[in-house]
Amino acid sequence: MSATLLELDRVSRRFGGVRAVDAVDLTLAEGEILGLIGPNGSGKSTIVNLVCGLFPLSAGRIRFEGRDLGAQPPNRRVAAGIARTFQSIRLFGQLTVWQNLWVAQSPPAKRSAAAFAARWLGGYRRAREAIGEALEFAGLAGQRDQLAGSLTFGEQRRLELARALAARPKLLLLDEPAAGMNATEIAELDERIRRVRDRGITVVLIEHHMELVMSVTDRIAVLNFGRKIAEGSPGEIQAHGEVREAYLGAGGES
Amino acid sequence: MDFYFGLGQTLGVHTLLGLSVYIVLLTGQLTLAQAGFLAIGAYVAGMLTVISGWHIVPALAAGSLATSLVACVVAFPALRVRGLTLAVATIAFGEAVRLFFFNFDYQVWKGDIQVGPLGGEGFRQIRFFPENGWSTLEVMLFVWACVALVMAALWWTDRSRAGAVLRAVGEDEVAAQSVGVNLTAVKVSAMTASGAIAGLGGGLYAHYTTHIEHANFTLGLATFAIAYPILGGLSSVFGTLAAVLFIQGFLVEGLRFLGDWRNLLFGALIVLAMNLRPRGLLDAATAARLKRLLPGSGGAR
Repeated sequence: MSATLLELDRVSRRFGGVRAVDAVDLTLAEGEILGLIGPNGSGKSTIVNLVCGLFPLSAGRIRFEGRDLGAQPPNRRVAAGIARTFQSIRLFGQLTVWQNLWVAQSPPAKRSAAAFAARWLGGYRRAREAIGEALEFAGLAGQRDQLAGSLTFGEQRRLELARALAARPKLLLLDEPAAGMNATEIAELDERIRRVRDRGITVVLIEHHMELVMSVTDRIAVLNFGRKIAEGSPGEIQAHGEVREAYLGAGGES
Repeated sequence: MDFYFGLGQTLGVHTLLGLSVYIVLLTGQLTLAQAGFLAIGAYVAGMLTVISGWHIVPALAAGSLATSLVACVVAFPALRVRGLTLAVATIAFGEAVRLFFFNFDYQVWKGDIQVGPLGGEGFRQIRFFPENGWSTLEVMLFVWACVALVMAALWWTDRSRAGAVLRAVGEDEVAAQSVGVNLTAVKVSAMTASGAIAGLGGGLYAHYTTHIEHANFTLGLATFAIAYPILGGLSSVFGTLAAVLFIQGFLVEGLRFLGDWRNLLFGALIVLAMNLRPRGLLDAATAARLKRLLPGSGGAR
C-alpha cells in the first residue's frame, strides 16, 4: 500500500439541527480511485465541500499529505493540490474555453515577485503548453475560442474536468460527473478517469451511476444519513446487506 | 470653440470615472464610493500644485497613488459584504469623504493671498494651467492623453490572464475560488486600481475647473459613475466611453435646449436604452462585429 494522501478523522458537519456529515473516517492512498456512494442527501457532496474548504468543519480534522488543512481557504487548498468539479456544472459561461482554463492555470512553485509577475503578466508560453494539453485531453482543441456557455452539455462536463486538471492537482474530487450523460459519454468518462489516475492523480468519484462506479473504482465507501455504513472493494460492496437496504430504502436509520 | 474644448475636458474626466467603476464591476461588485475617490484625487493633486508648487504630472501621479491607497484600505472591510450592503457601505464612505472636505481647512500664504482648501468655501485658485499658459485645447488634449493611457492599460489587462480572472470572479465566486483564485486579493486589487483611476480623474478635474468644493462630489456623481459601465456594457472599455458620450455629450449637453424637460427625457432615454440594449450599448455581439471591420485585430492569442 502506498502513502496516505488524504485523511478524514471523525469529520462532522451540522446545518442547524441536521447532521449532514456525522463522524466520518476516510483514508485515501495515493493513486487510488475511491467511489463515494449513497442515497441523495447522505452527505457525499458535503464531504467534497468540506475537503475543498467551501465551509468549515463542525468537528474533526482533515489532513492532506499529513498536514492539517485547518481553516485554509479553498484557493490555498487548490494550490496544495486539491481540485474538484461540481455536481451542477459551474463554468465561467461568458469566458471562452481557453480563458476558463487560463484562470485555473497552476500556481508557481516559488512565491517570488518574478514568479508573481510571470503568472499574471506573462508566462504565455508555459500557459499555452499546459492549456493546450488540457484542451487535447478534453477533446476541445477545436472550440478553444468559443464561449463556455455555448458548449453542449457533454462538452461543458469535459471542460470542467479539464479546468480542474489545469491546476495540476494531486487529488481530484468528481461530484457526479456522469449526471445527464448517455451510455457512450459514460464509457468515455470511464476511460478519461483511468487516464487521470494513470497520471498519478488520486480520484474521489461521487456517482449514482453504479455501472461506472463498479467498473472504475478500486474501493468504495458508502454513506447513509451522513454516516459511513460500509467500505470495501466493489465486489464486497455489492454483496453488502446494509448497502442494499440503504439503496432500496427498506432500512431507514441504520 | 472653447465651449467644446471645455466639454471635452468634462467628457474625459467622466470617462475616467466610468472606467474606475468598470474594473470593479468586472468582479461583480458595485461601488458608489467613486465621488469620494474623485474628491481625494482632486484635493491631493490640487494642494500639491498650489501649496507645494509641484508640476502637474507628479501631482496627478501622487493624487492617483494616494487615492489608490485609500481605496485599498477601504476595500478590505467593504468587500466582506456584497450586493446592496456593499452599495450602502460605499455610499457611507463617499459621504464621509465629502463631509471631511466640507470641514477641511489648510491654508497657507502665497505672496499676499491665502490659498488652499477652506471648508465649505471650497478650494479656489487651482491655477496651474492658466499660470503656465495652457490653452483650453491643450488642457483637453492632456486630459484625453490620460484617458487614452488608462484605456490602453485596461484594454491590455482585459486581454491578459488578469482580465479573465476578474471576469471569472464576477461570474461565479465559488467556482473561481475552487480553481485557485484568491477572491480577496482580486477584489482588493480591482478596488485599488479603481481608486487610482478615479484619483487621476479627480486631479484633472480640480485643475481644469480651478475651483473645487465638497458639493462637487455628491452621491449624484457616484450614480453617474456606475451608470456609464452599466449602460455601456462590460464587453470592453469602449462601451464605457460610448456611454459617457451618450449620457454627458448627448443627454446632458445636447438636450440643454429643452430646459427643465431635459431631466425627464434623460431618465426616459436611459430606461429606453437599457430596454433596447440590455447588455449595454456596446454588447459582445456588436463588439465582435466592429472587430471584424477593423483590420489586423484578429486573435492575439
